[in-house]
Amino acid sequence: MSEPILSVKDLQIEFKSGSIVTKAVNGVTFSLNENESLGIVGESGSGKSVTATSILRLIPNPPGKITGGEIIFKGKNLLTLSNREIREIRGNEISMIFQDPSTSLNPVFTVGNQIIESIRTHKAVSKKEARELAIKMLELVGIPAPEKRIDMYPHEFSGGMRQRVMIAIALSCDPKLLIADEPTTALDVTVQAQILNLMKELQAKLNMSIIMITHDLGVVWETCDKIIVMYAGRVVESGTVAELYKNSLHPYTWGLLDSQITESQNNLKPLATIPGSPPDLSFEVKGCPFVERCPYAQTVCFEKTPQLMEPTKGHAVACHFQTSDQKLERKEDAYFDGSTT
Amino acid sequence: MKGFLYKRILQLIPTLLIVAIIVFFITRMLPGDPAAVMLGPQASAEDIAAYSEKLGLNEPLHKQFFDYLINLATFDFGNSLTYNRPIMDLIIERFPNTIILAVSALLLAVMIGVPAGIIAARKQNTIIDYSVTTLSLIGVSMPIFWLGVMLVLYFSVNLGWFPATGMGSLEEGFGSFIRHLILPSVALATIPTAEFARIIRSSMLETISQDYIKTARSKGLKEFKVINKHAFKNALTPLLTVIGLQFSGLLGGAVLTETIFSWPGMGLLIVDAIEKRDFVVVQSTVIFIAVIYVVINLIVDILYKVVNPKVNLDSNSGGGK
Repeated sequence: MSEPILSVKDLQIEFKSGSIVTKAVNGVTFSLNENESLGIVGESGSGKSVTATSILRLIPNPPGKITGGEIIFKGKNLLTLSNREIREIRGNEISMIFQDPSTSLNPVFTVGNQIIESIRTHKAVSKKEARELAIKMLELVGIPAPEKRIDMYPHEFSGGMRQRVMIAIALSCDPKLLIADEPTTALDVTVQAQILNLMKELQAKLNMSIIMITHDLGVVWETCDKIIVMYAGRVVESGTVAELYKNSLHPYTWGLLDSQITESQNNLKPLATIPGSPPDLSFEVKGCPFVERCPYAQTVCFEKTPQLMEPTKGHAVACHFQTSDQKLERKEDAYFDGSTT
Repeated sequence: MKGFLYKRILQLIPTLLIVAIIVFFITRMLPGDPAAVMLGPQASAEDIAAYSEKLGLNEPLHKQFFDYLINLATFDFGNSLTYNRPIMDLIIERFPNTIILAVSALLLAVMIGVPAGIIAARKQNTIIDYSVTTLSLIGVSMPIFWLGVMLVLYFSVNLGWFPATGMGSLEEGFGSFIRHLILPSVALATIPTAEFARIIRSSMLETISQDYIKTARSKGLKEFKVINKHAFKNALTPLLTVIGLQFSGLLGGAVLTETIFSWPGMGLLIVDAIEKRDFVVVQSTVIFIAVIYVVINLIVDILYKVVNPKVNLDSNSGGGK
């Protein structure tokens, strides 16, 4: 295989608030090849968005700070670039779309203005050429009557259409990598599928890699090749989608799988939940970060932090048992505690 | 837009009518008999009575009131009692001077206050931010009569850089005109400058944390453009409101500033008229100022639409379509 287009090594990110330091991301490592799509999954506060936002160095500083690690994109470490150099990559080689399209577009400028601005920041084209390109982009993302819609303001578009506009802005300079931070979370279920299909379609057309941040495993199964599962700022499991779908190993991943709403969900059966909440990362986490919520936890889990290891090639997991001989047996009702309905 | 304009202009009528009523009765309640004051302490009772008769002050109040309304409706403000000239002439003579002072103070306030507020918001919780917030707190609480006198003392009396009072005419040269203008403008601009800085700081802080700012950065825009294009235009709405209020206040005549610097504007005209019990002038100028207020408010409302395309003027102007 060729050189990966992006590789993140041992990323460390802290947020400082007064004297409290929260280790939001702790030693995250992954890589991504050309045309590949990677899903980063985890619940709120797992560090998935922070990880993705840090790639373009968009974490507000203060309070956030990247304290260690490397982000290598096409052979360059993005963390050591000058402000000017990173600006040349933003929106040009790496683009980003965000969760809520109703707040991520500027309400006081027309969508055309916002697309053209992006194009003219990175390409030496005239206003007229940029406008034509912008219309073409709107057409590409499936907005009807783009010559007319280009002069409208974001509030004149529906939620799904706004996300299409965001995608048009993001893709207007042919990026090699698109980072999508929960791009469908704020949308209606029916529109979600449209946006995901559009992204898949455009990925094939435009030859780009995608990082999809989501808490919805269903989105990952549908759109990604690889997946990393994050918990408490660390990667707890990673591998190909095909592998993880069938043979996931980490108890946390099992919990996420169990708590999905599926079509065959028996109405009488309560929805599975992972009890408790993630550890407070402003304290040193002793042992496995998931230990408090893990139905399989044993003494060793409280004492030692498990390292991410690869029991099988291409499938890594951070769990004391799953990387040794004494494999855990997945219990079907581990996350049904009966207290929730 | 057109419907909005018609409706707003129609709404002006009741507003101004109420103003006219209040002004009329308040001027009638002022202590001191205008005729007695105007004729001076030596005047005899007969003279005062005759003069009252001439002014129409002996007519029943309701008749005075209706005459006054009819005059207003026909834009006939009558003659000043002290100047013996049509009040309209006085206003036409004085108002441009007030406009000059008001515009110059407003420009000064916008040019200093707005950038200061933006910088404070950009550098939140730094020494720069603290200096701007402290200075603007001092600015809004600064008594103008004190500041004006201090400016005169220091820059005119001690340093002799600027004339202490009066207004330079353009015939004497542009330099003299500007030198006369500087001190009153600075005095008059102090409070608006501080207020603009505070408003723009807080609204910039709010917009800077919005998602579309992250989007703008993710597009690779320069920080200057992110702040001055994407954040600033969103932060403008509250600023416009305050600019409108301040400007109509300034146009109404900066009574204190004009008095300190003997600036021959509307403020000085009103103060003079009050002292001399020239109630006709007081009542006409106050109504004139009220008209200025409502017109500027209307302009601000229209500007909201220019700044924020989400504002729908037609549905905002109260009921109906």
